[in-house]
Amino acid sequence: MTEPAARAKPQIDSEQLAGEHAAAISFRHLQSAHCESGVMAGMLSHYGLPMSEPMAFGLANALTFAYIPLVKLSGMPLIAYRMPPRWIIKGLQKRIGLRMKFQTFRDPQAGMAKLDSLLDQGKLVGLQTSVYWLPYCPDEMRFHFNAHNLLVFGRDGQRYSISDPVFEAPVSCPRADLQKARFAKGALAAKGMLYYPEHVPREVDYARAIPKAIRANYKIIAKAPIPIVGIRGIRYLGRNLRKVAADGRKGERYLSAYLGHIVRMQEEIGTGGAGFRFVYAAFLNAAAALLGSDLLQEASALMTSAGDEWRRFALVASKMGRKRAPMDAMELDRILNSCADKELAVWDLLKKI
Amino acid sequence: MKKSEVPQDEASTYAGQHKLLYAVDERGQYSGVPSSGWEVESAATREAIAAIEQDRRAAWERGKRGESSPLEYHMYSRRMDLALLSQSTGLFQWRIRRHFRPAVFSRLSDSLLARYCEALDLDKQQLQTLPETFQ
Repeated sequence: MTEPAARAKPQIDSEQLAGEHAAAISFRHLQSAHCESGVMAGMLSHYGLPMSEPMAFGLANALTFAYIPLVKLSGMPLIAYRMPPRWIIKGLQKRIGLRMKFQTFRDPQAGMAKLDSLLDQGKLVGLQTSVYWLPYCPDEMRFHFNAHNLLVFGRDGQRYSISDPVFEAPVSCPRADLQKARFAKGALAAKGMLYYPEHVPREVDYARAIPKAIRANYKIIAKAPIPIVGIRGIRYLGRNLRKVAADGRKGERYLSAYLGHIVRMQEEIGTGGAGFRFVYAAFLNAAAALLGSDLLQEASALMTSAGDEWRRFALVASKMGRKRAPMDAMELDRILNSCADKELAVWDLLKKI
Repeated sequence: MKKSEVPQDEASTYAGQHKLLYAVDERGQYSGVPSSGWEVESAATREAIAAIEQDRRAAWERGKRGESSPLEYHMYSRRMDLALLSQSTGLFQWRIRRHFRPAVFSRLSDSLLARYCEALDLDKQQLQTLPETFQ
């Protein structure tokens, strides 16, 4: 593949930054599809355990679906396509024997001081932040979403050198903005959370770790105990759409906005629903090669097809939401059920592992 | 998704950036492919922004007519809603709604103003002023 960082116009040059301040370490930025898996892949690779983003995501059994009406983002229900923030970091700890240190802060000053002292020790520091207060984000992407993750690899006085995994190249961020982003309040507030590894294993026993991770993910997505999570959750969303469409009080405008919201939750926030399916399919693909398993390769292809179905859902929902096609909640329900069927086929195969 | 299907719609919402997606080649092998945007996604983003802009304009017009305090306008300018401003300031929503009344807002104590300034990242002068023109 083309190295994305090489094609891009980098906003700052990481090597130049590294030369300017003693607290900067040499770090190879790697673009990824999703922030948390990207941060962990970058961190582990930096500390001597080469790890791709899909492998980090898969080993942490982070794939799911959840429709959560209790958590509201801009007044609409949270729809998640992966496990909650910190799951990947914590899952990797358990799966590969990694030890991470997490810390949150009540006092922003203390949170910034701790970050500085870790950087002075030459450590790579992971942060949970809001997206809105990061000035290097394109304006149209700046929404109040608090579960973003990034890596800090250096500081030059009041500016921090940041490897934000969803961006093509390293970026830099002024201290005041970074503080604001770390301590933003609201849903999923980070409370200044920072994290760094205390122990990174030298190698992973993939023959053991991969089947374990897949079985754990099977339980999460196919055997979820509540109907709004996992494959049942996908069908639940379909029924919910039909219900909203039949509810005359909420009206067409609400339904349009709701469909737009679903598409945004799916495609824009994080890496999107279909995106996570492709990340997991990439993990299955890599796992198939590592373990020489035809079953895993077949599962990867089935997962690709599930991801493609999610993209079809986004396309149709977007057309209906923008009145480019007549509103047909039954059709949306059908596509969602088809997504659910396709995911079920993957897990029916994977449970044999 | 095949590599050839990775959307390259040059979305304005990416501001020239690329996002990484994973896609398969003919042999079913995955790798990361940069995407310059997908129209379906950027349309949803633009609509969300348009909805906020609509609220912001309405708040500005109410402010001009003296029916609402600058606070409401600044809340929308920061892409916040009442729920988020309430969480960010630690004030109840009904209290913030009351502060949308110009007469109440103009008598707010410095400590309350400071809380809004902190949450909205504005100085006191900015917080108390409604811009002359809407932009």
